Amino acid sequence: MQQANAPVLQQATPALTLRGVSKSFGAVRALANVDLDLRRGEVTALLGDNGAGKSTLVKILSGVHPADAGVIEFDGNEVSITSPTAARDLGIATVYQDLALCDNLDVVANLFLGREHGTLLLSEEAMEERALELLHQLSAKIPSVRTAVAALSGGQRQTVAIARSLVGEPSVVILDEPTAALGVEQTAEVLNLIEKLRDRGHAVMLITHNMADVHAVADTAVVLRLGRNNGVYSLADATAEEIVAAITGATDNTVTRRAARRPRHPSTDRPTNPEPTGEATP
Amino acid sequence: MSPTSATSARPLHSQGERPAQEAGIAGSVRGFASRVRAGDIGSLPIVIGLVLIWGIIQGLNSSFLSSRNLVNLATQCAADGVIAVGVVLVLLVAQIDLSVGSMSGVASAVLGIGLTSAGWPLPLAIVLALAMGALVGLVYAVIFVRFNVPSFVVTLAGLLALLGLQLQILGKHGSINLPFGSAIVGFMQRMFVPAGLSYVLGALAVALFIGSRLARARRRRAAHLPSGSAVTLFVKAGLLLVGLEFGCWYLNMTRGVSLPFMLLVVLVMIVDFLLKRTKWGRSVYAVGGSVEAARRAGIKLWRVYISVFVLCSTLAALGGLMSAGRLSAASISSGTGDTNLNAIAAAVIGGTSLFGGRGNAYSALLGIVVIESIANGLTLLSLTSAVRFMITGGVLMIAVIVDSMARRSRAAHGAA
Repeated sequence: MQQANAPVLQQATPALTLRGVSKSFGAVRALANVDLDLRRGEVTALLGDNGAGKSTLVKILSGVHPADAGVIEFDGNEVSITSPTAARDLGIATVYQDLALCDNLDVVANLFLGREHGTLLLSEEAMEERALELLHQLSAKIPSVRTAVAALSGGQRQTVAIARSLVGEPSVVILDEPTAALGVEQTAEVLNLIEKLRDRGHAVMLITHNMADVHAVADTAVVLRLGRNNGVYSLADATAEEIVAAITGATDNTVTRRAARRPRHPSTDRPTNPEPTGEATP
Repeated sequence: MSPTSATSARPLHSQGERPAQEAGIAGSVRGFASRVRAGDIGSLPIVIGLVLIWGIIQGLNSSFLSSRNLVNLATQCAADGVIAVGVVLVLLVAQIDLSVGSMSGVASAVLGIGLTSAGWPLPLAIVLALAMGALVGLVYAVIFVRFNVPSFVVTLAGLLALLGLQLQILGKHGSINLPFGSAIVGFMQRMFVPAGLSYVLGALAVALFIGSRLARARRRRAAHLPSGSAVTLFVKAGLLLVGLEFGCWYLNMTRGVSLPFMLLVVLVMIVDFLLKRTKWGRSVYAVGGSVEAARRAGIKLWRVYISVFVLCSTLAALGGLMSAGRLSAASISSGTGDTNLNAIAAAVIGGTSLFGGRGNAYSALLGIVVIESIANGLTLLSLTSAVRFMITGGVLMIAVIVDSMARRSRAAHGAA
């Protein structure tokens, strides 16, 4: 296990370390002995097929479910994450796929929901100033921080959700399928945001199904399969085929067979376009 | 100047993050128009509706807008208006309390028995009635939070139970006349703000408005945020001042501004302040907007629900006390009939959404003025309760349709 999952990059102490984390729901073993390292200034993609245990892992880290067994270390200290508040206080922020924004409230109110500035009265000005600062750091394009979130586009809403996760200056930011519901342009914007998060020094965990996103922004890919670790890959060396093979659990699968049918370009190792046959004119 | 240099040193507002609000009066008018088109209609339909209703009734009976009648109208609004404020709070968290009428009936029964056969002093009777309201609200909230029963069902059961309690308290009396000399009767029937004081209060309210806006502008400048135009502020304040002082002058031609109506206005202002400026208010709107988002943001939902249901039932009890005082009687019919519907309809007609998260305290005031105007006007026209109920029902239906259409329009503008 240790050899197979030896971290690819060893340059810094991980912000968050999981060792042997397990979780069962009744008779179903959702996670078995999972290891994970998240480092600051690095994007770690968490990959896996449906049912691989990605969501369960996210829920353990964000305090929705406690782990049954295993050790979670935060900055080298063993911690237990018992509630969403505990996760937030530790500095683990999660951006859920459904974003969980209040449509009727404006951007500022959403950013600071549950941790408003001010003691007796809200100090709107302090919050608005901080909101502008955060959105500026993310180079976000929001028409006004005083518009209701309902009036924003999908990408803008995603931006607000990500900016909200930064309000408490967390060490770890978990993004659950951030591009799943977005178009091409908005996906690119969110990928830019993820790079901004990395450059800000957060340890970013990206859960996604989209291999293009993984190759675009991730430094490391951690693959789960049927609730177990199935490899840790540095995106600098690993090919897409290796990672897909780890996700599906076989080197011979529909994805590789599809790829094999198409000839590869010798220098880029990418499938080339099929030779023009002459009958199909553009 | 420091504000300008600070802004230019931090070019945040020139990079697409600038608030969409435009400068000047024309800008705020344009902003308002575009908000309305996007379905963020607020209280606009109700203001138009009120002008129409007043115009029509005045056309049919010229004494409707007389000073004497408007003084009556204002006093009639007070009791149900107070109840409607509580209903607004419950609607804001996307719940409902159908038992506010029965609750007000129980409170008036407690007051009636307390002041007569039990011989309590008035303050004790009032405190007990209000405490009873708070307790009922607490029970609703606990059942709603703990057992997840829809508030509509909980409070429907409460409606019946409280009606039974009211009959039980009144027992064989059926109807109790309050001592005419009692302070609450005097407060509800005979107490008016002295004419001079009413002008001072009007000016004071405007001064408060200007002061709070200027303080906010100063805080915004200190935080390097755009602070809006002073001209717009003073134009608004001027209009407000003229409106308030004219209203006072007109009512002062006869008896003046009644204290119960003042109580309603002050209550609305306090609740509005709490909703807009405190964390509690923010969490009320958040729960109404998205329960799941509020939960994940760490808001303790049960606290919000308990506070809202307790406030609603307590205000219903207060409204019951006020209406008992106005009639100087408590009877088995107190709080039955149209009290329930009036209070709930007022909140909705005033622009508080049934779907939660949208609306404000002022909608209770606006809505109750509309409902009582209809009731008062139709009485002046010697129409029966039959017609009154049908017309009030029709207005409520229109209000709900407008609410739903606004919601659909927000959806069409990608904003629902």
